[in-house]
Amino acid sequence: MDIKVNVRETDTETNIVELAGEIDVYTSPKVKDALGELIDRGVYNLVIDLEKVRYIDSTGLGVLIGGLKRVREHGGTVNLVCTNPQIKKIFDITGLVKIFGIYDSQDAAMKASV
Amino acid sequence: MTVSPPEQATAETVEVRIPRKAEWVAVARLAVAAVASRMRFTIEEIEDLKLAVAEACTNAIQSSDGAEQIEILCETDHAHLRVTVANRRGFGGAIVPPPPADDEVRIDGLGVFLIRSLMDDVEYDAGPENGTRLVMIKRLAS
Repeated sequence: MDIKVNVRETDTETNIVELAGEIDVYTSPKVKDALGELIDRGVYNLVIDLEKVRYIDSTGLGVLIGGLKRVREHGGTVNLVCTNPQIKKIFDITGLVKIFGIYDSQDAAMKASV
Repeated sequence: MTVSPPEQATAETVEVRIPRKAEWVAVARLAVAAVASRMRFTIEEIEDLKLAVAEACTNAIQSSDGAEQIEILCETDHAHLRVTVANRRGFGGAIVPPPPADDEVRIDGLGVFLIRSLMDDVEYDAGPENGTRLVMIKRLAS
């Protein structure tokens, strides 16, 4: 069980963070570190792509919420890419759909973060 | 809330014990998924069970009662899957007084909200003899 984190710069101020694998109590610190490193470098607009994430639990949600709080302090945004019904359901029942922008593609999430 | 089924006389049981460490939570949730897949649960319901069990294990890891292991007991019958997640203090483990029985603060939050949302019945018990114990029931659709 692991999580892969791939950060891609774009020609805008937004960076794309592609996650692949499972985000749980064991792997979420790796995601937290990756997001923290970007924010520490002054990247405050993030698109986090969850398309290859098979599983996320409350610790994973907590990391995403923590990242959102930090970028918002600098006027930034976090938009998510997610079409997996089970993961979208978790955002639904926790009410996080109202906090994050959730989009079907990186293009749509990028357009929303401009 | 009373969490009673499955009845002892008809239940089949599977028990898994994992070290109280984050890297073992995936084993617990996959074990419960394997049990649920032997029943008539849908893929979505199995995913719900996996998440609820993982949340319970995560809570057990994040608690500070000195337990060394987490026990996951699955009891099945024709209509229910009852999962008990319990902290067990191992020999030589730190002896820390358990929290008051009515104290759900430690497991309250997003994880517990998810458990309560995804499972049909949930009961939390922090008795001094059993350590902490979370009992969850998922019913098969009739």
